[in-house]
Amino acid sequence: MTYTIEAHGLKKRYGKTAALDGLDLVAQRGQVTAVLGPNGAGKTTFVRAVATLVRPDEGTLLVAGHDAGKDPAAVRRVIGLAGQFAAVEPAMTGRENLEMVAGLFGQTRRAAKASAAAVLEQLGLVEAADRLARTYSGGMRRRLDLGASLVGSPRLLLLDEPTAGLDPRSRLELWDAIRALVADGTDVLLTTQYLDEADHLASHVVIIDHGRAVAAGTPTELKQRIGGNVVEVRVRHGRDLPTVAGMLGRIHRVDAQIDEPTRRVSVRVEGSGDGLMSALRYVESAGVEIDDIAMRQPNLDEVFLAITGRPAENHDDASATVAA
Amino acid sequence: MTTISSALEQPAAANTGGQSGLLKSTLKVTRRALLRYVRTPQLIVLATIQMSLFFLIYRYMFGGAIHIAGMPYVDYLVPGFIATGVLFMGIGTATAMAEDLEGGFIDRLRSLPIPRSSVLAARVLADAALVAWSTAFTAAIAFAVGFRLHGSALDGLAAFGLVIVFGFAFEWLFITMGLFAGNAQAAQGMGMIVFPLAFVSSAYVPVSTMPGWLQVFAKHQPLTYMVDAVRSLTLGPHAQALLGHPSSYFVTRALLWAAAIIAVTVPIAVARYRRG
Ligand SMILES: Nc1ncnc2c1ncn2[C@@H]1O[C@H](COP(=O)(O)OP(=O)(O)OP(=O)(O)O)[C@@H](O)[C@H]1O
Ligand SMILES: [Mg+2]
Repeated sequence: MTYTIEAHGLKKRYGKTAALDGLDLVAQRGQVTAVLGPNGAGKTTFVRAVATLVRPDEGTLLVAGHDAGKDPAAVRRVIGLAGQFAAVEPAMTGRENLEMVAGLFGQTRRAAKASAAAVLEQLGLVEAADRLARTYSGGMRRRLDLGASLVGSPRLLLLDEPTAGLDPRSRLELWDAIRALVADGTDVLLTTQYLDEADHLASHVVIIDHGRAVAAGTPTELKQRIGGNVVEVRVRHGRDLPTVAGMLGRIHRVDAQIDEPTRRVSVRVEGSGDGLMSALRYVESAGVEIDDIAMRQPNLDEVFLAITGRPAENHDDASATVAA
Repeated sequence: MTTISSALEQPAAANTGGQSGLLKSTLKVTRRALLRYVRTPQLIVLATIQMSLFFLIYRYMFGGAIHIAGMPYVDYLVPGFIATGVLFMGIGTATAMAEDLEGGFIDRLRSLPIPRSSVLAARVLADAALVAWSTAFTAAIAFAVGFRLHGSALDGLAAFGLVIVFGFAFEWLFITMGLFAGNAQAAQGMGMIVFPLAFVSSAYVPVSTMPGWLQVFAKHQPLTYMVDAVRSLTLGPHAQALLGHPSSYFVTRALLWAAAIIAVTVPIAVARYRRG
């Protein structure tokens, strides 16, 4: 089995905080591996270690077979990094940015021009190619940053929260671009706080928390791992949410989750059909009006809750600065 | 997609050539830093206007009240003004360094197969170019408002060269600050160190006019030696009478200070940069 990343017992401390605390992680070739975790879980630190920017205090880290500590130069030849913040030069055009990075990869002028043009095409930046990057929207800047990470045609692409701060449409576009890359044979390691992102993009998901891997597997495996199903009720009136949550929680002896914006209450249930039936009966007898009631497989949010005992901070952009 | 994969295959082969050379990569990164200056007109135009204004204020407003024995104030002022100008530009160096670090640009460069030293080298090179440009510009204004070289033209060129050398030495100090600052504001704050250095020196007024306790610092700090070294070269025969020593005295001391600053800050900056 060939691994593109093999990390064992990685530790990295910053003063008192253990950013990585014995992290084990393997990523296979030819697939997208997603590292999923809340703020401060150690995602960026891990990506930076793989990119040879951080030297772990302990543990071993092999990237495409090269020891990141002993032979960082070899690692740098095979990776492309798009960090958590778009690191493009605002005073250069999109094309100039890409040609510079391609040139730094050691490509000749002509090759750099060609690969920059190809990447611009692929990421839909042709029209904006000769505008200064400072005039780009957030989504375009993010795409250009992704472009800079792949203009050297790396074998392994490292993407740290690639879609953070993007609107839904730009996110979907970026997902498509990432999928296309994988189809072309590039391995991808990406970090995300968006559980649906891991679900959509990755074939292998590693959930990390406090610098350690707490679960790993395919999205389906992870969902199966916590077993059972989820009953979800959508009430007609928001004021009924606490009543329904209390009721469902009592029946199944677990805490029910409330999602106010969508007026949903969800609760994990063991076993199959009768969970749904009993929920329906109780809700009816309480005289609560409902729009919908359904049983489904748990999503990764619920997986995270089940595994770490607390909800993932799956926050939107406005609250993206909340520290863990 | 097909166009992509084929277009990308060719450079992939080119990549395997290994590390791109120190010089090549340094020049590429330098170009980016220079483009940033050139294409952010606020940076250069504002700085230039501000600098010219200050110069004219010193020349025409304070200059009337300050009397230096045996020469017009403008001839005294210009070397001091130019040398401190180099220091003030250092604040920009520190800020730019911190910004690059904070914004992930340095991370990107450090993840590329290039010699790591090329990133710092590029910063130094770009900012040295800026120092050269700004010094030439100030000198042009200075000549326009009555500044004259009293020594040979060769001495004048040597003075110019010295300013660049000081600029180079101090840049390393500011790069070090930028690397430690963590963010641009903090870097700017640390850059405030230039105020005591610039004002408690012989740059604008003779040290002998300061209170005794200030004189101790003013006489021995690097900027005074650097200013007086430049001055001794531009004042020619007047220098000995004003400064009490021949120019070689100041030039060697100034160069020693520059070497000391470089010897201390470069290893610190490099170590900090490597640690990441
Ligand atoms: N350079 C540093 N100095 C000090 N502490 C650090 C440094 N880098 C990371 N940490 C700490 O290590 C922990 C893990 O940080 P890391 O950035 O890896 O988390 P993350 O999962 O990427 O979080 P986020 O989702 O917010 O980006 C945090 O507690 C952080 O404060
Ligand atoms: Mg992070």
